[in-house]
Amino acid sequence: MKILVCISHVPDTTSKINFTEGDTKFDTNGVQFVINPNDEFGLTRAMWFKEKQGANVTVINVGGADTEPTLRKALAIGADAAIRVNMAPTDGFSVAKQLANVITDGGYDLVIAGRESIDYNGGMVPGMIAGLTDANFVNNCIGLEIDGTNAKVTREIDGGKETVSTSLPLVIGGQKGLVEESDLRIPNMRGIMMARKKPLTVVEPTSTDAETSSISFEKPAPKGAVTLVSADNLDELVNLLHNEAKVI
Amino acid sequence: MSVLVYTESEQGNLKKSALEVASYAKAVADQLGTTVSAIAINASNTDILGNYGVDKILNVQNTALDSFNANAYAAVLKHAAEKEASQIIVVSSSTDSKYLAPLLAVGLNAGYASNVVATPTSTNPFTVKRNAFTNKAFEITQINTEVKILGVSNNAFGLVETSGNTSAEDFSPSIPESNITVESVDKASDKVTIADAEIVVSAGRGLKGPENWGMIEELADVLGAATACSKPVSDLGWRPHGEHVGQTGKPVASNLYIAIGISGAIQHLAGVSASKVKVVINTDPEAPFFKAADYGVVGDAFQVVPELIEKLKAFKTQQ
Repeated sequence: MKILVCISHVPDTTSKINFTEGDTKFDTNGVQFVINPNDEFGLTRAMWFKEKQGANVTVINVGGADTEPTLRKALAIGADAAIRVNMAPTDGFSVAKQLANVITDGGYDLVIAGRESIDYNGGMVPGMIAGLTDANFVNNCIGLEIDGTNAKVTREIDGGKETVSTSLPLVIGGQKGLVEESDLRIPNMRGIMMARKKPLTVVEPTSTDAETSSISFEKPAPKGAVTLVSADNLDELVNLLHNEAKVI
Repeated sequence: MSVLVYTESEQGNLKKSALEVASYAKAVADQLGTTVSAIAINASNTDILGNYGVDKILNVQNTALDSFNANAYAAVLKHAAEKEASQIIVVSSSTDSKYLAPLLAVGLNAGYASNVVATPTSTNPFTVKRNAFTNKAFEITQINTEVKILGVSNNAFGLVETSGNTSAEDFSPSIPESNITVESVDKASDKVTIADAEIVVSAGRGLKGPENWGMIEELADVLGAATACSKPVSDLGWRPHGEHVGQTGKPVASNLYIAIGISGAIQHLAGVSASKVKVVINTDPEAPFFKAADYGVVGDAFQVVPELIEKLKAFKTQQ
């Protein structure tokens, strides 16, 4: 089984979010970049398929050379090879088109992507690559078993979960639950050394138009001060929620 | 040319979010000087959509669509968009809508903006404001394609009632074969979901153990609220993953969010900050959540919560 894991290179979850160039660009100054958490759950599940079922795992990112440390980290965790599509990712649709080209050329059976990146939160790339490559697609995936070409997939739904049966080729939008938080792997020294020797192929993008463009950013208005209510006077809290906030 | 809106239903009944996306579609249609068509799948009583600005309702009734299937539903929406010659399609931010929208975007070669929080800031060029960086910022996105899909963030626009004439017709598009079969569904039908809830009651490690969640569930019951939890609580296995809210969990955009024994890590605050009113109950007055909340109580949850339940019960009986 050939697995492709799509890796977004995103600011760490603790990052302060600021913008530059007249609020048109994300300010990377002082920001630590990591593997998108939703992708990391998928990468870890892919490692399980590699170790238990002999799958071959490639990781891919659409981005500039600055994203290579993130791909090397995925190699250090255990992926066999990496591909970088040399393009600044401008919108989800054009990223999906680049990924779909690589998927079609490479003949991957299973594509694992995170349900969304934690930076732009577009939540569209997994579904779009499934649509573009005519593969089966399950989003919000929290459980995945593969047997031959059959797949059993559990997805989160509003208020519960649903289990479906489907077949390869398959694209999933993964998230926490695919593996547990405690199953996530920190690269060890041997993995880091080996990662240096693993292939990282750079491919040039095919030109595509951007379906959407990011114009500018703004930060939410600063929050007013909290109204403190004494623990001995909860009638006042009920009163405020009813008469002032009008939410109960 | 009408704006097409997908109005979701649950067991035949339109969801509240369906009325919200209809209201939103009406506002966009007014901006563009056009009408609103709604597409509803296996829903009854869709006439109510007329009160939210829908001019025409396409009712699809087909037992093959009883279980949600993203490909099949996206195909229905594509046929409807083509029939109505719609250049703008509005969907909600439910799990199912976010599942089908990218497939629909490929089918229609449409630009798709998710988590949209307001009506378009401009219609030519077409720009919308959306949540990004997990509520830590807004992004103005321009959609360059002729056909556009807008995913409206839950609770961002609200319901707007209008009066007007509406017509309904049956619509029977062809549905593609699917290679995805639903085997089982595990869903608590009597509980409010975090996605649909007006009020969410959430608790963290301050509760000390899973055995203490009885009072959280009781508080949620009194308020008709959904229950949620912080990341450490779900990592520890005290509560199911489905309740984890925050940056890597579910987003919350309720009217009222009550955080009990949650300190307010930056990732948690990001995931819940779209809620309109936030209340924090915590023993530590230095907890970061107090800086993000509208109302705060410094106190022990084990004393405050039972007392708050009694006060709310008394308040509810007066109403």
